[in-house]
Amino acid sequence: MIARITVTLKPGVLDTQGRAVHDALKTLDQATIDGVRIGKYIEVKLDETDIMKARTAVKEMCDKILANPVIEDYSIEMDSEG
Amino acid sequence: MKFAVLVFPGSNCDHDCYHALKHVLGISVDFVWHGDRDLTRYDVVILPGGFSYGDYLRAGAIARFSDVMKGLDQHIRKGGYALGICNGFQILTEAGHLPGALIQNRSTKFICEDSYIKAQTGDSFVTSKCGVDDILKIPIAHKEGCFVADEDTLDQLDRENRVVFRYCDQEGNVSELANPNGSARNIAGIISESRRVAGMMPHPERVCEEELGGSHGLTIFQSVMEVFN
Repeated sequence: MIARITVTLKPGVLDTQGRAVHDALKTLDQATIDGVRIGKYIEVKLDETDIMKARTAVKEMCDKILANPVIEDYSIEMDSEG
Repeated sequence: MKFAVLVFPGSNCDHDCYHALKHVLGISVDFVWHGDRDLTRYDVVILPGGFSYGDYLRAGAIARFSDVMKGLDQHIRKGGYALGICNGFQILTEAGHLPGALIQNRSTKFICEDSYIKAQTGDSFVTSKCGVDDILKIPIAHKEGCFVADEDTLDQLDRENRVVFRYCDQEGNVSELANPNGSARNIAGIISESRRVAGMMPHPERVCEEELGGSHGLTIFQSVMEVFN
């Protein structure tokens, strides 16, 4: 099973990378861009068949290590085919 | 009075701290490797600057899980003192010993320059030898030094007199212009509720000898020594 985790900065926390990329995208002169936020994508492979157990374990990993709850939010997508 | 300087893979200000403490101030100090757990012999633990574990994931995030951090938890629980400098400050916030977080500088750049900081209180083990509003010239060297916390936490830090240093200009004006990295309320250093754990982004260990460009860092280490006098 694979857990696909996305970590993003909380709304309101300054995202300097996102701002720099926003400025670069503006040079393309295409669609109007309202904002860019950059996050992290993490895959964790688990030797577990029970999806609920796996999700609980991954949630703990996010709360304790993978994300910093002071500045970051996360979302988890479990892929039992992975 | 015995000091420990923790050494993580990627610490690079450990020797500067050791030199300032041992050779300039004549303090008894040991390096303690991140794999050790026993800090019971020490009164003060210094978490030095650097790039522990390559700053992977987030600055300080991996170091927090080192064995020595279990010893540090115990040291702090028993009332020991700890000072985190730069990466050490980041580690202490990641470990939950200090509130808030350090994120990338507003400018997106690594900043290595002299900064001016103003002591905000004499009621701390890092500022007891400073007068309130004393201006210290101490260098910063970081890319993730922008201190952030929610408004309630910032208010609490102010209310409890727990901001120990704020960035200012040469004349002591605490202003946006004098804020090198975008830190909330110009915060350069804070102290825990117990007033025994402190973190600061500027590097006092780099300015303990006039030959090296200044000696304002001495005031901070002498404040720490004062606790044991």
